[in-house]
Amino acid sequence: MNIEKILLIGNPNVGKSAIFSRLTGAKVIISNYPGTTVEFTQGKMKMGEESVMIIDAPGTYTLEPTCKAEDVACRMLGEGGLVINVIDATNLERNLYLTLQLLEKGIPVIVALNMWDDAKHRGINIDVKKLEENLTAPVVPVCGLTGEGIKDLVLRMPEMKPSKPFVSTDGQKWGKIGKIVEETQKLTHRHRTLLEILEDLSIKPFSGLLIAAGVMYCTFWAVRFLGENLIRHMFEPLFGGLWSPLMLRLSAFLGEGSFFHHILIGNLAGGGIDFSQSFGLLTTGFFVPIAMVFPYILSFYLVLGILEDLGYLPRLAVLMDNFMHHLGLHGYAIIPFILGLGCNVPGALATRILEERREKFIAATLMAIAIPCMAQIAMIVGLVGQRGGKYVAVIFFILFALLIIKGLILNRVLKGVSPEILVEIPPYRIPQIQAVIKKLWMRLSGFLKEAMPFVLLGVFFVNVLHMLRIIDFFSYIFTPVLTGLWGLPKEAVSVLMVGFLRKDIAVGMLGPLNLTTKQLIIGSTILAVYFPCIATYIVLIRELGVKDTLKSTFMMLVAALLIGASLNLVLVD
Amino acid sequence: MIIDLIQMRAGESGVIWEIQGGHGLMRKLYSMGARPGKKIIKVSSHFWRGPQTIEVDNMQIAVGFGMARRILVAVER
Repeated sequence: MNIEKILLIGNPNVGKSAIFSRLTGAKVIISNYPGTTVEFTQGKMKMGEESVMIIDAPGTYTLEPTCKAEDVACRMLGEGGLVINVIDATNLERNLYLTLQLLEKGIPVIVALNMWDDAKHRGINIDVKKLEENLTAPVVPVCGLTGEGIKDLVLRMPEMKPSKPFVSTDGQKWGKIGKIVEETQKLTHRHRTLLEILEDLSIKPFSGLLIAAGVMYCTFWAVRFLGENLIRHMFEPLFGGLWSPLMLRLSAFLGEGSFFHHILIGNLAGGGIDFSQSFGLLTTGFFVPIAMVFPYILSFYLVLGILEDLGYLPRLAVLMDNFMHHLGLHGYAIIPFILGLGCNVPGALATRILEERREKFIAATLMAIAIPCMAQIAMIVGLVGQRGGKYVAVIFFILFALLIIKGLILNRVLKGVSPEILVEIPPYRIPQIQAVIKKLWMRLSGFLKEAMPFVLLGVFFVNVLHMLRIIDFFSYIFTPVLTGLWGLPKEAVSVLMVGFLRKDIAVGMLGPLNLTTKQLIIGSTILAVYFPCIATYIVLIRELGVKDTLKSTFMMLVAALLIGASLNLVLVD
Repeated sequence: MIIDLIQMRAGESGVIWEIQGGHGLMRKLYSMGARPGKKIIKVSSHFWRGPQTIEVDNMQIAVGFGMARRILVAVER
């Protein structure tokens, strides 16, 4: 038969994305926790002469969706096409329910029996031939992570054929599944492995909290250690030794005071270039994203990638469940929070794994207000850290307190209750270096491609507005709030304007304003709170709808006004 | 005897007797492998009405406190 479109459908965390990436070579994020994929991704695969479209869909347990991510999968299925049903060989029984649902609809299905190697290690033997006979669909054992069996999967795709639709009750389906499992699966006993003992320890209340504290401490330490050293020993020497002389030559060529000098190089400080003060496109515009932010992005995503692939995040979610309920969320909402620490955009997208609208709204609003992205954190550390590490701690403490207060209020004010957690906890898997590096590379190049243009745009925009004296006009209007309420100089208005575009460069703009430490703390905090960056905002509108996003925006502005004013009252210079 | 999931002790095993849930909860639990007749082991329970974790087949599942109360399990004591 002629194959045009193939969908990857399966339970959450069975490895659909890994197989997708193997089939198409397309780059997608692969992790070891349910809900990694919340959107569909398309890719192309060669099959003989033909080019076939492959679609990676979010995981779902049944064809009746319970959250937006699952809804995406079910809707894709409704649009027709063939299906590669990815099932986890270590959990045959549970996975077969969806398989039967697919077969019942008469959809042409090929079954990819994934994690085949893992099943063998666990003493699970599956008779593939028997399984095929029972399901009346081709079944191919594969291992998505290593690529084993993928060729067979492609070779056997033409065997897919539509079957006659039929109807059966849930009871009948489970009965049939029981029979299939009994006939095809044999278990051999074996001893618990060290990893499994660790699995249990990290989910028990006492040992779990201890491990969580340890993991968080190590994460913090590793990110800081790596980030600082990359900056000190690599990026600063690179810019100081190589880039700076080059820029000075360009400066001499352009001539100070000329239009292009102003835009490209910015202001010279004492005849030299100060990368954090000059504010030209080629000086600060390059220095901030590459030498100040990139090292921290790299170290954060390296550590996050390892934790994701290990399978730690769902365990942290369970441990935090209680605390999160006070904020109107359940434990799994830490996934958007943690991803938001890297970048708020994937964080906002990850709210799709939450079941209810109220919960999504709270999670997205709290994240936008109180979770600064790594780019912003890096700049706060770089800028405020010069005045002393304790001031950086003050800012994070304020933001954390704001997260809790805001959550408590929203949970009180909004109608409804937070739903309960119901999530599967994947087994620990030793992260594979290649996979971790591949994912890190994807995220880093994503940062350079998506963030750099905005940073440069921000610098350009500020320079032009300054030259046209438009900034003066705005600072005149906003002086009562800026100076009266928050105690900031009126020039800070340009910081807030650029903050709509990018937070990192906006924080960087606080540098040349010669602020007191108090003003620096207030400015950095307000920048985090008042509005997410434009990229995040667009995702918020898409995920929450216009009305809820406006509500959320209103809360951000109020929070910024209040927090700025109270800090101005409370803090002493 | 029949008890609910919360009353099970960590490390104890039993067989799911009944899930007294709404249709949605039942379907989701079933499709995650937790349905009547299945052998489960309670792994842990968290403080202050926190989630309960159980092991079904080869998979661990975390279940909120309220849901756990609606999962009845037959245990031998």
